Amino acid sequence: MPELATGSVVRSRAVGDLAVIYAGDYLNKLSGERIERECRLQLERGCRALIINFRETELVNSIGVSILLGVIDAVQNTGAQLIFSDVNHQTVQLFEMLGLTRHVALAADEAEALATLSEFAPTPRAAGH
Amino acid sequence: MEQEAPLQKLLHSFAALADLGQEIAESSDFQEKMRTALHLVQGSLGLMRGALAEFDTEQRVLTFVAARGMGAENPEPLALSSEEVSDLIRLGTCCLTRDDENPAAALFVEHQETLLDASRVDMVVPLVVREKLVGLMLLGGKATGESFTAEDREVISAMARHIGVGMQEHKLFVELSRRAAENRQLYDEMRVIYHDTVRAFAAAIDCKDKYTQGHSERVGRYSEIIAREMGWSDDEVEGIAVAGYLHDVGKLVVERDIINAPYRIDAKQSSELNRHPAAGYEILAPINHPYADIPLSARYHHERIDGRGYPEGLKGDEIPLAAKIVSVADSFDAMTTDRPYKRRRDFESVIDDLRCNSGKQFAPEVVACFCRALLKEVTGQTRQAGIIRTLGRGYVEREKVAPLLQALIEDLESGTLSTTAGNA
Repeated sequence: MPELATGSVVRSRAVGDLAVIYAGDYLNKLSGERIERECRLQLERGCRALIINFRETELVNSIGVSILLGVIDAVQNTGAQLIFSDVNHQTVQLFEMLGLTRHVALAADEAEALATLSEFAPTPRAAGH
Repeated sequence: MEQEAPLQKLLHSFAALADLGQEIAESSDFQEKMRTALHLVQGSLGLMRGALAEFDTEQRVLTFVAARGMGAENPEPLALSSEEVSDLIRLGTCCLTRDDENPAAALFVEHQETLLDASRVDMVVPLVVREKLVGLMLLGGKATGESFTAEDREVISAMARHIGVGMQEHKLFVELSRRAAENRQLYDEMRVIYHDTVRAFAAAIDCKDKYTQGHSERVGRYSEIIAREMGWSDDEVEGIAVAGYLHDVGKLVVERDIINAPYRIDAKQSSELNRHPAAGYEILAPINHPYADIPLSARYHHERIDGRGYPEGLKGDEIPLAAKIVSVADSFDAMTTDRPYKRRRDFESVIDDLRCNSGKQFAPEVVACFCRALLKEVTGQTRQAGIIRTLGRGYVEREKVAPLLQALIEDLESGTLSTTAGNA
């Protein structure tokens, strides 16, 4: 069973050299900056692919969008991969309207995201930071 | 869904604009305010890069205060020519792009091409408030890859106006803080000059009386010690010290022969000398002192609690507290310094005098505070031995004095030595 780290506030878990980061119910400045910090931390640790799971996210505001654009930029600069999973319909519309979906793949759920990433990388090893 | 998209976009932009207004109005941390503002601009339209710079009018330099997607750090400061500044002010808060047909905009973009290319900037927005350039916003392209629409430009311009106001407010705040600091420094310097002048004046007063040199300064020091023991604020303590320094200023109008008489003066001379409190008031009253009660302290420092003082024979609480303090300090110094016609008294008899005259000549609460301050010095409870040091080595015999002071304080606090006349 992969481990689940809560970090300071943001929940995340490592799956081999991938990391799954769980967004909260409202992606605003406070929660967004926590997610961005966690993403950058995972990239610095050598993580090659990130999944941000929006399963609990009901709303993303403008600051949240800007922060996600920053995450996309950071991932692109390191040559890693990024997938957003479990995004609700309203948020998908927002991401499409603002162009985020041109830079990041969407997956219906976390399993699909992991499967997509596994096509480009070796099978995930046992969990561990 | 395609019909819903423009409405959703509009609502998203409105929400960002509302958040920006709130942020500009409420946030007190300027750096954080600018970072959030940039987030809101980028997030409202899905812009990959952006930066905000604050303009220093005197140096003609733009200093970046927030940046995202422009590299690891904020871009280097950007110097502008006076022509560029004028052009940007003329353009006002608007969206300038490389393909802009406005000649001034095209010229600016051409001049700053290196920066714009290096930071992949697609749009420059001057932040102009009341015909003054306060900053600049640089924006990268939309994440959709589409060009900016007229509606996008409207949204950006509206947000830029908010940000410009926020920057202008910050500049005003910084300027006000700078001026307040300057004023504070000027005030401190003037205060030093004021106190130096007061000390010089006190020295001039004392020079007239060759037997009481340093009297005014000592009365100022004792008054300060009493007021501090009474729990007065620093400003009030400074004020009472000044009152002590100047309490005898009226002696300047009294003939030197009377002041320096090496014998007990007669009734007529005494009457002349007793003019000095009122004369002191006349001298000090027209001056706008930074502290209260300085003229009144001079006028009433020879009043007595029992009403037998002068010039007006005030009783008890009719006498201002500051004058009561100066009165005790003045009499204490008179008893503990040599005079032309008598040597100073031994210290035990001075304490006895304070006891006997408490509630008659002196206000008991003032005597009690003076004794408490003195006892702290005698017993070493305080290192600030201001009274004992002033009195000189060997004058105060600590073993003898401490019990006397302690007993006097207890009697004063228990009410045994309360006032006898009119101290309401």
